[in-house]
Amino acid sequence: MLQFLFRRLAVLIPTFVGVSIIAFAFIRLLPGDPVQMMAGERVISPERHAELSQQLGFDRPIVVQYLDYLGGIVTGDFGNSIVTKRPVLSEFLALFPATLELSICAILLAVIIGVPLGIIAAVKRGSWFDQGVMGVALVGYSMPIFWWGLLLIIFFSGVLQLTPVSGRISLMYFFPPVTGFMLIDSLLSGQSGAFKSALSHLILPTVVLATIPLAVIARQTRSAMLEVLSEDYVRTARAKGLPPRRVIGLHALRNALIPVVTTIGLQIGVLMAGAILTETIFSWPGIGKWMVDSVFRRDYTVVQGGLLLIAIIIMVVNLLVDVLYGLINPRIRY
Amino acid sequence: MALLEIKNLCLTFDTVGGKLKAVDGISLHVDRGEVLAIVGESGSGKSVSMLAVMGLLPWTATITADYIRFDGKDILNLSPSDRRKIIGKDIGMIFQEPMASLNPCFTVGFQIEETLRQHTDLDRAARRRRAVELFRMVGIPNTEDRLSSYPHQMSGGQCQRVMIAMALACNPKLLIADEPTTALDVTIQKQILELLVNLQIETGMAMILITHDMGVVAETADRVAVQYKGRRVEESDVLSLFESPKHPYTRALLSALPENATGDRLPSVSDYFLEEEAVTGGAA
Ligand SMILES: Nc1ncnc2c1ncn2[C@@H]1O[C@H](COP(=O)(O)OP(=O)(O)OP(=O)(O)O)[C@@H](O)[C@H]1O
Ligand SMILES: [Mg+2]
Repeated sequence: MLQFLFRRLAVLIPTFVGVSIIAFAFIRLLPGDPVQMMAGERVISPERHAELSQQLGFDRPIVVQYLDYLGGIVTGDFGNSIVTKRPVLSEFLALFPATLELSICAILLAVIIGVPLGIIAAVKRGSWFDQGVMGVALVGYSMPIFWWGLLLIIFFSGVLQLTPVSGRISLMYFFPPVTGFMLIDSLLSGQSGAFKSALSHLILPTVVLATIPLAVIARQTRSAMLEVLSEDYVRTARAKGLPPRRVIGLHALRNALIPVVTTIGLQIGVLMAGAILTETIFSWPGIGKWMVDSVFRRDYTVVQGGLLLIAIIIMVVNLLVDVLYGLINPRIRY
Repeated sequence: MALLEIKNLCLTFDTVGGKLKAVDGISLHVDRGEVLAIVGESGSGKSVSMLAVMGLLPWTATITADYIRFDGKDILNLSPSDRRKIIGKDIGMIFQEPMASLNPCFTVGFQIEETLRQHTDLDRAARRRRAVELFRMVGIPNTEDRLSSYPHQMSGGQCQRVMIAMALACNPKLLIADEPTTALDVTIQKQILELLVNLQIETGMAMILITHDMGVVAETADRVAVQYKGRRVEESDVLSLFESPKHPYTRALLSALPENATGDRLPSVSDYFLEEEAVTGGAA
């Protein structure tokens, strides 16, 4: 097991270097030079240009710049934001809990609804329920997130006035972050109504972000269950006189979960991409919105560092999923 | 009174190509403590008729029968939950592919004890003791260790022993063995068959043995039913079947035994039997 972990971590290193090169090359590959880009429409004098170049280290050879950057990362220094001058890492860490809270809620929602829907659809394959669920899943899967988010806002916030449009909690409430998770912090604060407010802010973004993973998980669960249900060992379980809920919920599901867990793991990447759009639509103060804002502000150190940090998270999650996969599949022993 | 009595069983499957009649009016009976062999060519409906008894057919199957009586009860008309009290307890079944028949995600011990949990009120420790005892009965060495093995850590023959242990867990009155040795090595085949015969004698249960092998029939069975194309064409005790087979298909089956080989080629059923004969020949 430990050996497996080390081997996987060793594989992560080249992946990480690759991602860092891409993130690093990203701003260098854009047309024009970075200093000019940062200046935007303002006209700057050649002296000022040279001074800025030197200040930001752009006058050195590109390899030196990269190694310097990489050296910083190893010690946890992702550079400072060009706009706010604060360290990229500390900005990231301050905003990350918001994204994490949203992502966890979304993936939980997707799993809690998607897995049972997939199971029932498989057990009742061909029924109207099955066809209905799979039809809706197909729609959900191809839903443009931006449009879907706006639609929900118009209906629930606009027409029904049920949910707020943006942010994580009403401005009425203020308390210092403890865990960074608004749902938990609002409870800890003891202010009445704070939890309800946090929850109502969270609902729509969660639904929007969960839509695609939910559709994918439901479809994957259904097909995995269909495959497993025709296996001999399911017939054996029935031949033992076990009730259907045990045959399906234990013998079949336990096997079907193996591919489903992989799917859920892959959805984490999709979730990160979705978070960028979702946070923008709902002004959710997380890293997705932070990244988009930084692109507009031409804050390249933030874009570069943010990309890298997101990549690290996805790699770590995938590693965890691989470990989990081994734990739930007895045929794999490290 | 017979232990299991099937009268006029018909089975149709809904398939993409329309309705498919797999079994067409089969009747058979097994007495307590008796071994009945069912032989017949591939696709003649041997497995599906036994699965019908167990209630294990897929939903595409339509079953009709005058009755399927087990131990005096018409099991076709039982509610699913009443039927589950018989299946796995009084009737055990083992299958052709022992590896695939065990759940890869659970230890074999768990899978055996699960049957006991379902049908008896033995406590945890008693279930474990019974599992150990069953493993001894079916000849699995290092019993305690093996109980915590997963199926993929065992050989095909051992998996079939586990399946047998599982089927015997609640002392069934009837064991249905559907080609229990076909998927195994020849040497293992013999061992498993011997085990089944010994256990049958030891426990006094009745057994239905589905097989292709007339040699096995001669060694193990009291009576034989011969099936051809979804119908029973012959049923008799083993001796008279071998001495005076009535149906041309049975005759062909017997002629195709390896003992009758001449020259350098093994005989096959089709050497002796043409399809038309089944229609014109002895309607048993
Ligand atoms: N689930 C199913 N759907 C449709 N047809 C089926 C199904 N299961 C079995 N059949 C058909 O029923 C017929 C009888 O099958 P069965 O498995 O009982 O044959 P068998 O006598 O056991 O053959 P074998 O000796 O090869 O095991 C076959 O023609 C088969 O195609
Ligand atoms: Mg068969």
